[in-house]
This record gives sequence, structure tokens and C-alpha cells, in this order.
Amino acid sequence: MRFTLNGLPVETNAHPMARLLDVLREEQRLTGTKEGCGEGECGACTVLVDGQSVCSCLVPVAQVEGARVTTIEGLHGTHPLQKLFMDEVGAQCGICTPGMVLAALALEDNPVPTLDDVRTALAGNLCRCTGYSAIYRAVLKWRAEADSGPHAAPEQASARHK
Amino acid sequence: MRIATSSLDLRRPATLESALQALRDDARTPIAGATDLYVTLNFGTLEARRFLDLSRLAELRGITERGDTLVIGALASFTALQRSPLVVKRLPMLVEAARLVGGVQIQNRATLGGNIANASPAGDSLPVLAAVDAAIVLRSVDGERRVPMTEFYTGYRASVMRPDELITAVEVPRVEGHQWFRKVGTRAALAISKVVVAGVRDGPRAARFAIGSVAPTVVRARKAEGVLAKGGKIEEAVRALQAEITPIDDLRSTAEYRTAVAGNLLRRFWAETA
Ligand SMILES: Cc1cc2nc3c(=O)[nH]c(=O)nc-3n(C[C@H](O)[C@H](O)[C@H](O)COP(=O)(O)OP(=O)(O)OC[C@H]3O[C@@H](n4cnc5c(N)ncnc54)[C@H](O)[C@@H]3O)c2cc1C
Ligand code: FES
Ligand code: FES
Repeated sequence: MRFTLNGLPVETNAHPMARLLDVLREEQRLTGTKEGCGEGECGACTVLVDGQSVCSCLVPVAQVEGARVTTIEGLHGTHPLQKLFMDEVGAQCGICTPGMVLAALALEDNPVPTLDDVRTALAGNLCRCTGYSAIYRAVLKWRAEADSGPHAAPEQASARHK
Repeated sequence: MRIATSSLDLRRPATLESALQALRDDARTPIAGATDLYVTLNFGTLEARRFLDLSRLAELRGITERGDTLVIGALASFTALQRSPLVVKRLPMLVEAARLVGGVQIQNRATLGGNIANASPAGDSLPVLAAVDAAIVLRSVDGERRVPMTEFYTGYRASVMRPDELITAVEVPRVEGHQWFRKVGTRAALAISKVVVAGVRDGPRAARFAIGSVAPTVVRARKAEGVLAKGGKIEEAVRALQAEITPIDDLRSTAEYRTAVAGNLLRRFWAETA
């Protein structure tokens, strides 16, 4: 079964009902995607499937056949939002960060999100460390600065794993 | 995952006909968005071992209008419902309900059909569908049948759906009047409802009101509606409502709290849609 992972075609031999999370971490060796709860509550396992955020712990890998999957590795550590998470101390232990960043990308089409928009976009992501305000600040700053420089959409970014 | 995937069998039919045939041939559990199923699978509490993936059945995904009827495919996700101009126009309270189902990641995957079939009394779409007299379209190799939402459930997590049937769509007749939806939970997004209600107000006395999480199944408040239709006082209707629900204590709330909240929600519905 094939799908596109961070811009590159991949073939998986995993069982069709294996969780996308396990295929990414164990077979594709992309460990940026984290497992927190394994029940859809924490968002640590968030990845994008055809541009939409999903909890990869609740996705049978068969259902991404032919789809474009983007993990945090697909942003190459160069996405402006990643830098802002560091600058604003929106990351402490870092377990929630990949999921937060990918979930926040849904705000890409929203030029001026309100704090409420950010909260709603990240409602499916839990953080045990930061108290959220630094995370919200990073995301709001990213949108405010978005005009100042274009960056590659995650789908266009090429894979750098393996 | 707490169980070995090697013990699991998945069929992935490309057409509705082959999906229905597979269900007739042997017992299989359908998988739509997997947001309920994979929680139990990860936990190791799911007994099923044979599954049927519905995700390739594109014909179950559409949202269309047929004459006066809004037809929502069973595989429509809560995100698709929010983005559908037809749903926004004709059934805005379903859009409100969809916005409050889990976080965005859940809304992107969770389907309306899955919410109905999962048959949790806390399902957020259920009171909406019960209040507007929606019909559930069930299909098997023998053909199609329609069941009113208010007759779909027979008890806690039990429905009239047979194991060889799929929900293919939900049909919603034209809704006149003011639509009203409220979900009471521990926080707005993500929380499973403590009480969830949907109402339609069409005139000084005409109300349709349905309520979830206060009984083994979603309750259409016929007695309370009847009191209001006869011009009865709202307090009389509240007492009627509280008599037709059977809330329980559980980890999310208590029966006493739910009974009080149910009454308050009916009062607010009545006042805000006057
Ligand atoms: C973190 C989290 C938060 C949640 N929050 C909410 C919430 O706020 N409100 C709420 O209502 N729910 C919530 N849920 C529950 C769940 O997301 C919904 O019930 C969802 O609508 C289920 O749809 P699905 O497509 O994912 O179903 P699946 O998990 O794929 O299936 C659920 C059940 O329905 C059956 N089924 C699915 N589709 C069909 C069909 N077309 N025909 C026949 N049977 C079918 C399956 O066999 C299975 O038994 C939440 C879940 C999680 C994990
Ligand atoms: S690990 Fe998937 S949501 Fe927590
Ligand atoms: S930084 Fe530790 S969980 Fe968010």
C-alpha cells in the first residue's frame, strides 16, 4: 500500500489496520509524531492527511492509501511557526509541540485569527507544561508576521527522513 | 495498540453493493472515521476482529438537496457539515453541534453516520436529528428502509439497525422556525456532553425539543411539547420534561444536576426563541 509522506512516495508493508501513528514511528522511523494518550484526547500524535489535521493514533493506515501525509519532519525545522515556538517559549518538554504546530497550520488561511480562533484550532491539543499562553502567543505572532515573508506550504516541502 | 493487528481482518470494498454483500456474508464491524472504534481497539476492549472499511464509498459522502429534503451522506464528517452551504442554510444547529464535537482533529475524521451508529446517549448530533424529525436511511442487500430518528434507538446503545445493514444517509425535511442548540460540558470543545439539547420553535406554542445524555437514548420531549402546544405554562412543561427523562450519575455528572440543567435549558429555549 502506498501513500505520500512529506512529499515523497512511500510503500508500507504494515497491516492495514495498524495505526498510522505506529507506521510513522516504527516503520518509517519518524519519531517526531508522539503518542500521548492513544485515545484522541491529547493531540500529540497530530499529523496532516491531505492537509487536514487528524489524530494518527485513531487512523487505520489503510485509510491513508493514496493520501498525502505530513508529519512535523515535513516542516524541516524551518517553518516560521517552529522558530516562534522556540522564541516565545511555547515549548518546554516538547512532547505536545509537533502536534501543536501541525494543528496550528489550519490557521494558515486565517489572516487575522483572534485568540478565540487560536484556542478553537488547538482545542484538541493538550500541554502539560506551558499553560498555553506562550503557545497562543507564538501562533498569533506567526499570523501577524505572515505577510512579511512567504514560506513553503507543508505539502510542497520535500521529505528529509531516512 | 494493546492487541496484535495480525488477529484483525479488514475488507475495503470500493462499492456500496460489495460492502453490503460483505456484511451479508459474515459479521463485520464497519469502520468510518474510526474515532470511536480505534479508542476501544487501542484499549483492547473491542471484541470484533473482522472489519469493513467504508472510507472508499464515495457515494456515502455527499450532502445534497432532493426537493424539500436535505440528504446528508453517512460519511459526511463534522468538518464537512460545518463547511456545507446547504447545512449552514437549512440546519444551522447541526453546524453548531459539529463545531463542538471534540477538537478539530476529531471533527476532520468523525462522521455523522458514526455518531448515530455508535449510539452513545451523549452523541451531539442526536438531539438535533431527533428535534427535526430526521429519517435514518438504512441499506442492506435486500434494499433500503427509512426509520424516523425518534424510533431508531431501542435502548442503551441499541438500535433497530441490523448487523447486515449500513446507515447510508440522513434525510432532513424542511425546518421552519427558530433552531436552538446548547451543549453543557466541562469545557466547550472536546468534552463529552453532560447534557445536550436541540429545539425548534415555530410559532407561539409550537416547539420541538430533544435532549441527550439524560436517558439511555436521546429523548424527544413529547410531553413537554404537548403542554406548550396546549398553551400550558413553561413551569408545567419543565415538570413534564423532568418526568420523561431518566438521568443517571456517572463520571461526568450526577442525575440531580442533569435534571436541573434539563429544566433550565427548556426555560432558556422557550425564552430565547419567543
Ligand atoms: C477525543 C474525542 C472526543 C470526542 N468528542 C465527541 C463529542 O464532543 N461529541 C460526540 O458526539 N462525540 C464525540 N466523540 C465520539 C466520536 O468522535 C463520534 O461519535 C463520531 O461521530 C463517530 O464517528 P466515526 O466515523 O469516527 O465512527 P467509527 O468509530 O468509525 O464508528 C463508530 C461505530 O459506528 C459504526 N458505524 C460507523 N459508520 C456506520 C455506518 N455508516 N453504518 C453503520 N454503522 C456504522 C461502527 O461500526 C462503530 O460501531 C469523541 C471522540 C473522541 C476520540
Ligand atoms: S496519542 Fe493520539 S490523541 Fe493522544
Ligand atoms: S511542552 Fe510539555 S506538554 Fe507541552
